[in-house]
Amino acid sequence: MTKPLLEVEDLRVRFHLRTGTVEAVRGVSFHLGRERLGIVGESGSGKSQTGRAILGLTPPPGDVTAKRLSFDGIDLQTASKRTLRQLRGGRISMVMQDPKYSLNPVMTIGEQIIEAYQAHKKASNAEARDKALAMLEAVKMRDPQRVFSLYPHEVSGGMGQRAMIAMMLVTDPDLLIADEPTSALDVTVSMEVLRILDELVSERGMGLIFISHDLKLVSSFCDRVLVMYAGRVVEELEAKNLREAKHPYTQGLMRCLPTLKDDVRPLPTLNRDPSWAL
Amino acid sequence: MLDIQNLNVVFGTGRLRVEAVKNVSFTVKQGEAYGLVGESGSGKSTVLRAICGLAPITSGRVIVDGKEVTTPRTKDFYRTAQMVFQDPYASLHPRHTVDRTLSEPLAIHGVKDAEARILQALKEVGLGPSFRFRYPHQLSGGQRQRIAIARALILRPKVLLLDEPTSALDASVQAEILNLLDDLRRQLGLTYILVSHDLAVVAHLCERLLVMRHGEAVEETPSDALRSGLATNEYTQSLIQASQGFTRNSSSAAA
Amino acid sequence: MAGSPTVSQSAGLRAWLLSSEPGSRWQARLGRAYLGWRSFSRNPLAVLGLGIVILLIFVALFADFIAPYSPIVGGDLRTQRLLPPSETYWLGTDDQARDILSRIIYGSRITLFVIVLVSIIATPIGLLVGTLSGYLGGWVDTVLMRITDIFLAFPRLVLALAFVAALGPGIENAVIAIAITSWPPYARIARAETLMIRNSDFIAAVKLQGASTPRIIFGHVVPLCLSSVIVRVTLDMAGIILTAAGLGFLGLGAQPPSPEWGAMVATGRNYLIDQWWVAAMPGIAIFVVSLGFNLLGDGLRDVLDPKAAK
Repeated sequence: MTKPLLEVEDLRVRFHLRTGTVEAVRGVSFHLGRERLGIVGESGSGKSQTGRAILGLTPPPGDVTAKRLSFDGIDLQTASKRTLRQLRGGRISMVMQDPKYSLNPVMTIGEQIIEAYQAHKKASNAEARDKALAMLEAVKMRDPQRVFSLYPHEVSGGMGQRAMIAMMLVTDPDLLIADEPTSALDVTVSMEVLRILDELVSERGMGLIFISHDLKLVSSFCDRVLVMYAGRVVEELEAKNLREAKHPYTQGLMRCLPTLKDDVRPLPTLNRDPSWAL
Repeated sequence: MLDIQNLNVVFGTGRLRVEAVKNVSFTVKQGEAYGLVGESGSGKSTVLRAICGLAPITSGRVIVDGKEVTTPRTKDFYRTAQMVFQDPYASLHPRHTVDRTLSEPLAIHGVKDAEARILQALKEVGLGPSFRFRYPHQLSGGQRQRIAIARALILRPKVLLLDEPTSALDASVQAEILNLLDDLRRQLGLTYILVSHDLAVVAHLCERLLVMRHGEAVEETPSDALRSGLATNEYTQSLIQASQGFTRNSSSAAA
Repeated sequence: MAGSPTVSQSAGLRAWLLSSEPGSRWQARLGRAYLGWRSFSRNPLAVLGLGIVILLIFVALFADFIAPYSPIVGGDLRTQRLLPPSETYWLGTDDQARDILSRIIYGSRITLFVIVLVSIIATPIGLLVGTLSGYLGGWVDTVLMRITDIFLAFPRLVLALAFVAALGPGIENAVIAIAITSWPPYARIARAETLMIRNSDFIAAVKLQGASTPRIIFGHVVPLCLSSVIVRVTLDMAGIILTAAGLGFLGLGAQPPSPEWGAMVATGRNYLIDQWWVAAMPGIAIFVVSLGFNLLGDGLRDVLDPKAAK
C-alpha cells in the first residue's frame, strides 16, 4: 500500500437552512487504502453525509468544503463535472440502503447492469451482456439468465440488493461506498449479501467504505472502524481491538445492545456528555 | 391471559390469496412477556394485528382475558389490550400535541380526571410535564416512542402488544426503551406480546418466545434455552448465528 | 434608548412563541401559527396577495364610508356622462353618469359575497365527500366517486347558464351553480390525502383506542386534508371570480343596476374605443383580485403543504 486510495482531510458539510446553518459533518479526516473501512454512528452523526460528500452527492442546500479530498491523486473538489461523472459509477461506486429505491423500476435488471457498464466502458452489446451475466453469477444468483430479464419488483429484497451490488461492481471500481447496504434486509439474507460483498472486495482488491449504525456488524466485517458522533470522528480503531475502545461513546454503544449471551438488566444506557460534541 | 388457538389469517381471494398466518397456537400467562420472532413475511406482525383487530381472523380462536374476542372488538377489549407501533415517526398524529394525543383515549372512554391521568402517564414513561404541549416534530425518536407507550398505557390495559417497538430507534435509545418496558411490566403487572426480528431484543425482554417462518410456528422455546444455545431447530440456530454479527469464512479470510 | 425595551419585549414574545416547551395548549397553537406566519411572510408575493385580499375585505366592509358617490344614482346625464378620469371622478364615469370608482367599491361586496358563499358551500361538501369516500372505501367510495365524476363532467358555465335559465337571472343562482360545479376537485384532493392517511399507524392507533369512525374522520383525518383543500380553494378563487364576472358579462349574474364588475365590463363594451376606462377599470379590479388570490394561494401552499411546493 504505497499511496492511499482516498484522502479526506477536514471534510465539512454544511446545510444553510432558513432556520440557520447546520453543520452535519464537522471536520472529518481519514485515509483509505485497499481495505475495508467502517463508519459507525447513530442517526444524525453525519456518517451518511460523509459518504455522499465523497461522491459529490450532497443534496442541494448542502455545501461541502475540505482541505483535501482526493481520490487516487485526483482532487475531487476541483475536478471537472466530466471527470466526476466518469469517476462516479466508474471507479467509485455506491450501494444504497434500499434496492427498491435505487433500481429503476421500468428497466430489467440486466438492462440496468449493461447500461451501467456501457456508460463507463466501450463495449459491444454482446460483450456487455456477457459481462452482466458474469456479474450476476458473481453475486451468486441461482439463475443469472432468468434474473437478467426480471424487473426489480419481481425480485426479493435480498436479490435486489445483490443485483445492485452486481451493477455497482460491473465497472470494476477501485472504491465502493456502501451506505447501510443490509439494513433493509432480513438478518439471514443480509449475512449472505455481506458474504458476497466480502468475497468480491477481497478478490478484486477494492477499497470499501461501509457505513452503518450497527457497531457489532461493522466491527465483524471491517478492518478499521471510525466512530462518528455529532459530525465528528470521536474514535478510530482497528476492528479487532474494538473491546479496547477508549472513548466513552464507543464503549456505551457497545454495551447498550442486549446480547444473547448474557442477561444484563437494566441495560446500561448512554449518558451523552455534551463535551463529546465539541 | 391470552390464548391463541389454531389462528389462521388469510388475505385476499383467488390468485391474490395469501395465507399470512397458518395454524399458530400459543398461550401467555398473566404478567408474562412472550416474544414472536421471525424475518419479514413470517407473519409475526400479522398475529399481533389479528389479536387487536387490524387483521381478520380467518379461523381459530383468540381469547383475551378469558373472553373470546368479537369482530368488531368491544370497547372493553380496547381497555384490556393496547398496541405500541414500530415507527414512532408514523404512529403519532403530526398535528396533535402530546396533550391531545394522550387525552384522545380518555375522551373516547369517558374517563374523568384527564388532567391528572395525562401527567401521571408522562411521569410513568420518564417524561416531565414540560413535554405535554409539544408537537411530535419537537420530540426525538425515543421521546416519541415514550409518548406512544404512554398513550397505550393511559387506559390501564392488562396486555400490551409491542410491534417492533425499538427497531426504528438508535441502539442507545433502544436500551432506554427496553429498560422502560422492563420496569413498566414489573410496576404495573403487565402482560407483553413482543414482535421483533431481533433475537437478542426478544430474549432480553421475554421469558418465552415463538420462532415463526412463512406464517408457521417453527419452535417455541424459553429464552434461557436460547442463551445456553439449546435451540434444536436448524432455522432458530441460523437466526442465532446471524445475530452474532458477520463471520468470515475461512476461505475468504485467506484471500 | 427608548426603543430597547420594546425590542427586548418583542424578543421575549418571540422566545415565548418559539418555546420548545409550551406551557399550555394556547402557547403551543400560537407558536405553531407564528412559525407558519414566519415562513409565509418570507415570501413577498404571498404577502402582497394577502394584502390585496385584506384590502378587498376592508373595502367591501366600509364601502359606505369610502365611496365618494352613490353607485346607483348617477349625475347629470347631459354633462357628467362618460367623463374621463379626473380629480372629481378618479376613474371616470359611465354611460349613466355614475362614478366608476364608487361602483367598483360597492361591486367588491358582490365579489366577496360570491367568494364567501362558494367557499362555504363547496369546501365542506368536497371535504366530506372526499374523506368519507377515501376512508370508508368499498361501495361508498365507488358511489361517491361516480357522483363526483358526474359533477366534474358538467361544464361550469353551461351548468350555470342552465341554472339561471331555470331559476331566473340573479347573483344567488349564479353562485349556487358555481358552487355545485366547483366541489368535485376538492373531493378528489381530500380523497387522495385520506387514502394516504388511512393506513398510517396513527390512525390504527386511534382505532385501537376504540374511536368511532366519525370520530376518526372528523377528528383525525379531516384536519390533515384541510390544508391542501384550503390551498386549492384559494387558488380556485380567481377562476370563481372570473366565472361570476363572466355570468355578469353575459347578463345572467347580478342584474343592473347592481355594480357587479362583470356587468360593468359588459356595459363598457359599447364604448371600448373612445371611452376605454368604462370597461378597463372594472377589468383591472377583476384582474387584481384574481391575482391576489393566486399569490395568496401559492404562499399558503408553501406554508401548509411543503411537499407540493418542492
